[in-house]
Amino acid sequence: MSSGLAVAVIACSLVLAAGCLLTAARDRAPGRVHLAGAAVVEAVLLAQVVVAVVRLAGGERPGSLVTFVGYLVAAPLLLPAAAALAALERTRWGAVILGVAALVLPVLMLRLQQLWHG
Amino acid sequence: MAEPGRAEPSPVEGGRPGRAARTALATNAGPGRVLVGVYALFALAAGARSAYQIATDLAAAPLPYLLSALAAAVYLLAAVGLARAGHTGWRVALACCTVELVGVLAVGTYSVLAPQDFPDETVWSGYGQGYGYVPLVLPVLGLLWLRRTAAAGWR
Repeated sequence: MSSGLAVAVIACSLVLAAGCLLTAARDRAPGRVHLAGAAVVEAVLLAQVVVAVVRLAGGERPGSLVTFVGYLVAAPLLLPAAAALAALERTRWGAVILGVAALVLPVLMLRLQQLWHG
Repeated sequence: MAEPGRAEPSPVEGGRPGRAARTALATNAGPGRVLVGVYALFALAAGARSAYQIATDLAAAPLPYLLSALAAAVYLLAAVGLARAGHTGWRVALACCTVELVGVLAVGTYSVLAPQDFPDETVWSGYGQGYGYVPLVLPVLGLLWLRRTAAAGWR
């Protein structure tokens, strides 16, 4: 885990959430910009996952390994799952789905950080 | 999906479906799809957590861990009910949201009055405070959505 990347994931995700919720407030469906934003967040998140895996392989251990790995596997699935669900909902509610996922991701990231340092 | 004869007029102005355009019992579209997603997420979160806790150390906090497992099952059933829509799905979702609301209020109150029975958190203890009170808000939103999508006889 890298604290810098954690901050980057949280910041990007919050920007994405704000964008999506703004789109929902304007009664628009999410478009390419939102997908691109989600892809950027996902890329930074995957970089974080790689760092975590490398450090785990190097012998470092978080407080609770099973819980940590659970979050590490679940976190990268969140935005793709939300994007897939949003693709079925081409209304403002599609933007809400993506926005909610983008609000949940920072929570997962904080939890991962907590476990890593715990 | 919608029952024959229950369908209401389809999309109106601006290409987006208006409120009247949603067919009765279509619990899986619009706001309903957001609910399906959040319910699925909570089923996964509560389920994974309780499965791990029950498998590793059930004796440490049997009541909270089993309650978390129950909550996970209810969340999963609610997600399926909403996603499948139709009469059966609607009723399943209604039962789940009701159990959830009663559960979060009862377990929340119990955990505040008798904290010694809750050495570890559940999804519903402290009225769901460990999960940002989402477990308290979710069944209310679910019930409001079910009322909106109710068939005429149930409204």
